[in-house]
Amino acid sequence: MSGPIRLVWVYPDLLSTYGDKGNLLVLERRARLRGLEAAPVLVNSDQPVPRDGDIYLLGGGEDLPQVLAARRLRADGGLVEAAERGAVIFAVCAGYQLIGHVFGGADGEPTEGLGILDITSARAEPRSVGEIVADVDPVLGIPKLTGFENHQGHTTLGPRAIPLATVTTGIGNGDGTEGAHAGRVLGTYLHGPALVRNPALADLLLGWVAGPLPPIAHEDDELAQTLRRERLTAVGAAQ
Amino acid sequence: MNKLPLRARLATSVGGAASKVSRLAGRGDGSVIGGVIGLRLEPDLLAMLAQDRQVVLVTGTNGKTTTTRLITAALAPLGQEIASNAFGANMEAGMASALGQQPDATLAVLECDEKYIPSVLKTTRARVLVLLNLSRDQMDRAAEIWLLARRWHEALAQAPDCHVVANADDPLIAWAAGEHARVTWVAAGQRWHDDSWCCPRCGSHLHRDDGDWKCGECGFSRPPIRWALDGDDVVDPAGRVRPLDLSLPGRANRSNAVVALAVAEVFGVDEVHALRGMRDVRSVAGRYTTVERRGVSIRLLLAKNPAGWLEALDVLRPPPEPVMLAVNAQTPDGKDTSWLWDVDYRRLRGRRVFVGGERRTDLAVRLEADGVGFELVSTIDEVVGRVGSGPLEVLANYTAFQQIRTALGRAS
Repeated sequence: MSGPIRLVWVYPDLLSTYGDKGNLLVLERRARLRGLEAAPVLVNSDQPVPRDGDIYLLGGGEDLPQVLAARRLRADGGLVEAAERGAVIFAVCAGYQLIGHVFGGADGEPTEGLGILDITSARAEPRSVGEIVADVDPVLGIPKLTGFENHQGHTTLGPRAIPLATVTTGIGNGDGTEGAHAGRVLGTYLHGPALVRNPALADLLLGWVAGPLPPIAHEDDELAQTLRRERLTAVGAAQ
Repeated sequence: MNKLPLRARLATSVGGAASKVSRLAGRGDGSVIGGVIGLRLEPDLLAMLAQDRQVVLVTGTNGKTTTTRLITAALAPLGQEIASNAFGANMEAGMASALGQQPDATLAVLECDEKYIPSVLKTTRARVLVLLNLSRDQMDRAAEIWLLARRWHEALAQAPDCHVVANADDPLIAWAAGEHARVTWVAAGQRWHDDSWCCPRCGSHLHRDDGDWKCGECGFSRPPIRWALDGDDVVDPAGRVRPLDLSLPGRANRSNAVVALAVAEVFGVDEVHALRGMRDVRSVAGRYTTVERRGVSIRLLLAKNPAGWLEALDVLRPPPEPVMLAVNAQTPDGKDTSWLWDVDYRRLRGRRVFVGGERRTDLAVRLEADGVGFELVSTIDEVVGRVGSGPLEVLANYTAFQQIRTALGRAS
């Protein structure tokens, strides 16, 4: 590839409820540590979504902002076009739901999403709140996920989406699976800064764009690995 | 008080005894336990205790405890006894306990948790409701803020006689109180914009211009202002500009003070008299206190969420003064530390930063991403040992703050 990696943060004005910026910062840092240049692009909901991004990030949001974001992204068309072009999309929580066909919007009303992932979400009781641990689809070759989930949706995967992981602690999609992936599109219920505790997932996304990545120095990775161990230990999960 | 039914009187006195025991046992400020027991004996206790009193309710994501304290000080010239849950115990039990302990107080200034406003507004038939601000906070257990604003909106429709004092600079607050008949609008400022980029009424992008805001689509805009904060000064309804000269530091507290002056106006207290008492407030439930510890002069700052940390980082004295940051994630703090990523720490670059608290690794990873150097520590005394002498700023979230305060001998 030529030029910097274009990291497009989609609608931070609507889809940034709790620390979602962390994913952008982690990708930027881990690219930089390998001598790769990364250019963050923040796109608010009154701006067009650029078609030429490399990695698109979508965060979490409350019901009303989620519905508004879905409506605007459909009207804009940029994200769907980018997905068709093969760009990397990493969508979290409300963002994950809205790149599917349908999600539970305001008061649980079924609301049309973008149809980028073959998934359908609906409002479910009770709310899923707490630490989540899940074993990742072996095809992706990365260690288990650790994160925090906080959502009120259950998600059903269609035949063109593959579960991202199998839940060992927490709720995830609601059927024992967690998240979904298809090609270079990846969605998860690990909310907010999901990549912070899962640097291998961050590297997976970067690798899809930049090709094989050199390892980073031990001291630059040590803290993130310590945090991972701490959080996995806190819920009694094996390392 | 003797107008209370027997069961309520019993509930109050049993509750009061429990508070005393709690304090003696060193278990806390005794500000909740009495109310918990009292409410169990008499579920309508809060309504009974609030009867025949003029109640001011104070709510919002940040600044509740301090504003409650400032309003209490502002109303002092009335010469009436004022009941108040001054230690931040802001659910029903804390409010009942505060009222029960001061049966003769005709006025009550009560801090109230955001979620409880609809029920407590009704129960206490509050004369004044103060709405400060709304931003993301403890998302794992708090309701979503757009939903909170909607519930307030609905609750106010049922309380037409209540006088609202509200921050016009926060669009969500303006929307929550926007249709109410009796509102004193205060331009109290809004440092944190990340939860109000969009119009609460129609969802379109809000246009902001030097504190003013307006929705380009539906026309919803900042309501007309009666009181305003302008830098270090307050601008009163007559347009007179007066320095606030508070002892408490920071923009957020100046903002709280202007709100308190607007409440004082509702009660007919002249602003000059109101300000006099407010200027004497130096610390609030341990916050802003300075504690001497083996030659180190420690100032304690509490902030619980991104908007609070943003304001607190503004308050820090300039480098090279060292800073300790401490974060926990117990139930009162919210068990999710994601919010740490919403705060910009880059301005801490180049000064000595200590990182403590039960979730110090989460905070350390965050600082690493912002290129801020730090030293990991376990206790406040370890920091004191490393600093040796001179001033030290400590910024902590709720339970981390209480732990440090306890380690320093329950500093107040």
